[in-house]
Amino acid sequence: MALIECENLSLGYEGHTVVEGINFSVCEGDYLCIVGENGSGKSTLMKTLLGIEKPISGRVAFGGGLKKNEIGYLPQRTAQDFDFPASVYEVVMSGCINKSGFFRSASKRAAVEKNLERMGISDISGRCYRELSGGQMQRTLLARALCAADRVVLLDEPVAGLDPVATNEMYETVRSLSKEGITVIMVTHDALPVLNDANTVLHLAGNQLFFGSKEDYLLSDAGRLFAGQSGGR
Amino acid sequence: MAYYFSYPFVRYALAAVLLISLCSALLGVSLVLRRYSMIGDGLSHVAFGAMAVGVVASVSNTMLVTMPLTILAAVLILRAGHKHGDSSVAVISVSALAVGYLLLSVFGTSANISGDVCSSLFGSATILTLSLSDVWVCIGLCAAVILFFVLFYNKLFAVTFDEDFARACGVNTELYNLALAVITAVVIVVAMKLVGALLISALIVFPALSAMSLFKSFFRVTVASCIISVVCAVAGVLISLAASTPVGPTVVVCDLAVFIIFNILGKTVFTYN
Ligand SMILES: Nc1ncnc2c1ncn2[C@@H]1O[C@H](COP(=O)(O)OP(=O)(O)OP(=O)(O)O)[C@@H](O)[C@H]1O
Ligand SMILES: [Mg+2]
Repeated sequence: MALIECENLSLGYEGHTVVEGINFSVCEGDYLCIVGENGSGKSTLMKTLLGIEKPISGRVAFGGGLKKNEIGYLPQRTAQDFDFPASVYEVVMSGCINKSGFFRSASKRAAVEKNLERMGISDISGRCYRELSGGQMQRTLLARALCAADRVVLLDEPVAGLDPVATNEMYETVRSLSKEGITVIMVTHDALPVLNDANTVLHLAGNQLFFGSKEDYLLSDAGRLFAGQSGGR
Repeated sequence: MAYYFSYPFVRYALAAVLLISLCSALLGVSLVLRRYSMIGDGLSHVAFGAMAVGVVASVSNTMLVTMPLTILAAVLILRAGHKHGDSSVAVISVSALAVGYLLLSVFGTSANISGDVCSSLFGSATILTLSLSDVWVCIGLCAAVILFFVLFYNKLFAVTFDEDFARACGVNTELYNLALAVITAVVIVVAMKLVGALLISALIVFPALSAMSLFKSFFRVTVASCIISVVCAVAGVLISLAASTPVGPTVVVCDLAVFIIFNILGKTVFTYN
């Protein structure tokens, strides 16, 4: 039973199409990597899955009893020069926005503690978010996403701006989430997680270049080019 | 000091000032963090223009005119969105100022037009002429605003910190933006009686900025800016009584002083995580 199924999606802004002909499905427990050049519409697709943007045509269907607010989201980092006073704890707590209960109820606090632990950032929970390193920020945002929902997570370039060590740690964390049975959909420019962890791949370039299992992808033209270009680290 | 408190109008003024400063501080944190400070400024000009319309139409309680018009302008500015945000605020605010002054000077019946204009722009002594019913209106509106901020604290944080994420969680962010715009309009119209149209932005922006220079969590910034705002407002009113200075500018100067002190402290001595 597919959790998410996209049929003939066309995405774009104000009538101008960015990408069309998207057909893919995600099953429970899948690890889907979405690849494609800058501007190919990966983030737009993520936002469409979340219902933040509306598709030009086509439809997104949820199955297996998945509800829209059961999807955790790690947005792509944009230039964050923002002078926002917020502690790590508060940011992670904001993932509990959908949980019932007043202010900071015990169940919310428990969820926050658990996910801080999971991401290994319990010790910095009192720090100010904007003073963290890039890796710590991404972990904080991932913990927030997991507070919101831990059935499906959408990760939009979770390693953007991280050094190689932090990058590997991040991929390891995502791998362990996947092993826990969480369905992962991740946008990346890196061949590494595609080669090591993913079981399905979606490649966008104006239209849908490829969707299918990782094994088939690596044999396809698009896949060989991608693995070659990214150095196949 | 006890001598002053024996006058009911002083007590009314202080009660009103306390509530208004609390509201404007709560609102300020949200507006500053979303980079909407300009909207507050623009709306205060609109409120002045609307008040002129009320005066010219000789409505006895000008708030009946200013409130709906300012709320309408707030919704319009919001609709224009971030894309045209800046310029639409500028256009609306200068137009409102010009039309307002024009209306007052052409159709105004009062003998002392420039005095009236000055007092609605800078607040003058109006605060001490508040009637009991004015104070009740003020209490009602402020209580509603404060209740909103307390009840929706978590959601407001999420929407302010990361709108996309909040939307992904199914929060109707548009509704929150609308609520914020309406609240901004309400606070401005109520606060206009106190500090005058031109100085309201100071009341909204200064406490939040002062708090942000020392504190680094949203909760602490919110609490600190409330305290700063209330202390400055009460101090301003008392000083203005004792030194017979105009209320609005005195309060704003107190806020400015705190802002400068906090910034120096924040840069040199210490910050609280
Ligand atoms: N809010 C928006 N309004 C109008 N156009 C947009 C908007 N967001 C993105 N676009 C355009 O849509 C196209 C796809 O953008 P998108 O962010 O989805 O690309 P991406 O694949 O995520 O790229 P990257 O690898 O750089 O993150 C781009 O041409 C971009 O300019
Ligand atoms: Mg992107």
